[in-house]
Amino acid sequence: MKRTPFHAKHIQAGAKLIEFAGFEMPVQYPSGIVREHGAVRSAVGVFDVSHMGEFEVRGRDAAAFLQRMTVNDVTKLEQGKAQYSAILYEDGGIVDDLLVYHCGEYYMLVVNAANITKDYEWLQSHLSGDVKLEDASDRTALLAVQGPKSLDTLQPLCSIDLGSLPYYRFQTGTVAGVPMIISRTGYTGELGFELYFEADEPKAAAVWDAVFESGMRFGIAPVGLGARDTLRLEMGFCLYGNDIDETTNPLEAGLGWITKMEKGDFVGRQALVRVQEERVKRKLVGFTLPEKALARHGYALKEGGVVVGTVTSGTFSPVLQRGIGMGYVPRDLAAPGRTVGVDIRGRDVPATIVKVPFIRSS
Amino acid sequence: MNLPENLSYTKDHEWIRIEGETGIVGITDYAQGELGDIVFVELPQKGATLVQGKSFGTIEAVKAVSDLYAPLSGEVLEVNKAVQETPEIVNKDPYGSGWMIKLRIGNRDELKNLLTAEAYSKLIAK
Repeated sequence: MKRTPFHAKHIQAGAKLIEFAGFEMPVQYPSGIVREHGAVRSAVGVFDVSHMGEFEVRGRDAAAFLQRMTVNDVTKLEQGKAQYSAILYEDGGIVDDLLVYHCGEYYMLVVNAANITKDYEWLQSHLSGDVKLEDASDRTALLAVQGPKSLDTLQPLCSIDLGSLPYYRFQTGTVAGVPMIISRTGYTGELGFELYFEADEPKAAAVWDAVFESGMRFGIAPVGLGARDTLRLEMGFCLYGNDIDETTNPLEAGLGWITKMEKGDFVGRQALVRVQEERVKRKLVGFTLPEKALARHGYALKEGGVVVGTVTSGTFSPVLQRGIGMGYVPRDLAAPGRTVGVDIRGRDVPATIVKVPFIRSS
Repeated sequence: MNLPENLSYTKDHEWIRIEGETGIVGITDYAQGELGDIVFVELPQKGATLVQGKSFGTIEAVKAVSDLYAPLSGEVLEVNKAVQETPEIVNKDPYGSGWMIKLRIGNRDELKNLLTAEAYSKLIAK
């Protein structure tokens, strides 16, 4: 099993470690998911997400290559900006969702850990012209610092003015003297930053220690994969492997906003044109549950006793103090306010379809 | 790991404290640690009949749901309302205020299927 450069820090913090995408990762720390979640919503939390993959794409034709391989419009992506996007198969199924960073000389793609090999091979097999693709995952550490106090935690350690960094922009600079890409992005819905730097244990330890010392006055907490999931689900953010995968297309998954059909041809576009012509058959919706019921990935969604869809994500929302989830339902059942049944171990529990995000972030 | 000697255990991570004809049932400290934050507990009604080794309720934690298995067969005499109202007490005090049900022991022969603290500690060390 692979370890991130923060591994010793997780052990020190008493993390419960699990296998995730071939990595030994913290799922939670001793305070537990609910408190970790609360730290991010009310103050600041720190996530080791070094398992995520980073590819570097270089060459004269790099932009054209990414324009063809991703659904969003890379020609609109200026240097210093990041863009949420997706890679599709020809049939419109999703290979992965990702962030594309325009770093000037090159583009950085940030992909899901479980998909690193698959994505690399898919992209590699489509290379044409002057494009060089490099997998930088193993030499890149990624630490996410998220929450309303993330800026105040990082600023004293940081060489750049974080307050002037808008959402989905990044700059190179230093934190605790370590050179890095400082990106105002995240997966929590809160003010937050993601720090990309060399996967070197002493550097990782220096950054971790400095961040925790600086954030101590705010009650900074390390946050594991468990709370990462509850935080992203409260925002209605898709998780690859749960809400989106090779059998779902971006239009039914509510990712039409990143899918720029008018930008010209891209891999999967023809299939999406057909989906649009026939109108999407199903939609990914958010739902809330009554008290004392939680939906889980894979539970059936029912209408009049008949299975009409599947729960793709479900958990307890620490903010709403109730069960929330997402799942696919037929288009005509997808309106907010409608009720759909969730089969919870044989019990048909009425869920209310709601607009996501489930909560308003700070 | 906190494993009181005066309790009996199951391989499914419940404990039972035998008091004459009755038994008090909960989940072990190990179980609550593995489950993480418990958000609600579904328990049977008073008077329900339990069968040893069969599910009698569920525990929903933030991460996952898990079944509760009856350590012994018998009739439910009392249900701990406090764990239904404030399920986090199961995390805080699994052997005390976080107990789940009290039952009338149906068949004392089944006691031989329970584990001692020592046997249970070996099971979870694996």
